[in-house]
Amino acid sequence: MGLLQPELGLLFWTSLAFGVVLFLLCKFGFPVILRSVEERRKFIDSSIDAAHEAEVRLERVTLDSEAIVEKAEAERQMILRSAGEERDRIVTEARAKAEEEARRIVAEAREQATEEREQILRDGRQQVAALAVALSEKLLREELRDRQSQTKLADRLLDEINSQTTNTEA
Amino acid sequence: MRFVINILVLLSLLAVEPVWAQTEEAVAQAEAVEETIEASEQGEELDVKQVVLSHIADSYEWHICSVGERHISVPLPVIVRSQSGEWHCFSSSKLHHGHQYEGFHIAEEGAYAGKIVEQTADGEQIRPLDFSITKTVAGLFVNCAVLLLIVLCVARRYRNDQHDSKAKGGLAGVLEMVIESVMDGIIIPCVGPNYRKFAPYLLTAFFFIFVNNLMGLIPIFPAGANVTGNIAVTLVLAMATFFAVNIFGTKDYWKEIFWPEVPTWLKVPIPIMPAIEFIGLFTKPFSLMIRLFANILAGHAIILILTCIVFATAKMGAAVNGAMSAVSVVLSIFMNCLELLVAFLQAFVFTMLSAVFIGAAQHTEEHEHETKQIENNTNN
Repeated sequence: MGLLQPELGLLFWTSLAFGVVLFLLCKFGFPVILRSVEERRKFIDSSIDAAHEAEVRLERVTLDSEAIVEKAEAERQMILRSAGEERDRIVTEARAKAEEEARRIVAEAREQATEEREQILRDGRQQVAALAVALSEKLLREELRDRQSQTKLADRLLDEINSQTTNTEA
Repeated sequence: MRFVINILVLLSLLAVEPVWAQTEEAVAQAEAVEETIEASEQGEELDVKQVVLSHIADSYEWHICSVGERHISVPLPVIVRSQSGEWHCFSSSKLHHGHQYEGFHIAEEGAYAGKIVEQTADGEQIRPLDFSITKTVAGLFVNCAVLLLIVLCVARRYRNDQHDSKAKGGLAGVLEMVIESVMDGIIIPCVGPNYRKFAPYLLTAFFFIFVNNLMGLIPIFPAGANVTGNIAVTLVLAMATFFAVNIFGTKDYWKEIFWPEVPTWLKVPIPIMPAIEFIGLFTKPFSLMIRLFANILAGHAIILILTCIVFATAKMGAAVNGAMSAVSVVLSIFMNCLELLVAFLQAFVFTMLSAVFIGAAQHTEEHEHETKQIENNTNN
């Protein structure tokens, strides 16, 4: 079969042609393209990496800022809450103190009033006593104007004393 | 340069435009067989086998078409070395119709039918050393020029690229896409860690075969020669792979051939395994050669035969001929589409097998270890 017999001339020309093509393409063709494509691929990869990194960083920053806002909010809430508590506490305390003061004042007033009343009573009693003494002095003076009556009284007093003593002796 | 690129793009468009290609092919084929038709009108039968073989086989002139009695063909240079050691170089038009020139003529029959033979004094026919630029060689040159133009023009656009240059459009973008897919699909996975060293060769082989296959499908001169369907061409390609495999083969690769890891009785008294491995050295490129050759040859033959249906049925009446012509056109369109696929597939398969053979010859214990580790990692 002629088809299956490689011709020498054709072999030669094919080798030559393929050799030249191989040389030219290996020297000026594919390495140039491959290098360029490779470099571009690397560049794209690194760009993607950088973009990823930036994204991650941005996300972190966003998270951070969110956290800061949240924290500030919480602080505000806390401050508000503690301020309210403080206010309530102060009001309660003031009220308690005022009540106590009032109670103390009332108690003091009551004590004073009692004291004063007793004083008044005591004064009254003294005055009543002094009046009684003065009255009885006046009465006695009236009664004991003469000698006779004086002796009579003395006797009677002596009797009284005697009877008193006998009573006590008996 | 721009103009040339445009023409190239047009040509490549032709290759992917099967309908157009089909019509053109039909026209070209029609004219190619017109002569035979005329003969058949005079009572002779159309010799389909002759038509197909004359296209598939090599010839000394590039027949384009025949109009009536006139044959339009491009004469090609004949370069032969005669018995006396002289080199003869002349146009193949001198040998038309069995004419003899400087003692050479094209043999009509015998072992050298269709080849240039030298008539010696005692009437014997001797085959001289024949380095003629035949149709296949001319087609090969044209295809190589096309390939070089495409790749080098594209490479020129890449030469001053910076690392942050933008991706190219147009032809460069197409070529880059194909290169990328061949690199990522075949070369890197098949060759292994040493791929940088072999990538230019494998890419060249891929594009060489691909361009030749596609150009073979375009039926208009200067394309359309059956280049990759010629065994000498595929033999050279297979030899290139053979050398790439064996010249750069590692010590482990040679050890695998002459002292493979099999039970000792398989290699000591009678070296069965080494013998098989050694034969395998040659069967691998041989299979590459035959596969590409047979596929492209068969594709060309089928398309031609389908086209010949039109003329083979010419004498059966208008109805039959018309119906069969329609069938022929439809089938040819289908076959051309299929051949487009085959053109790519065969280039792909050749490159892939070459890459696999090269990768196998690059293997070392360390690599094996590494690849196993990588596999383990990926499995995990």
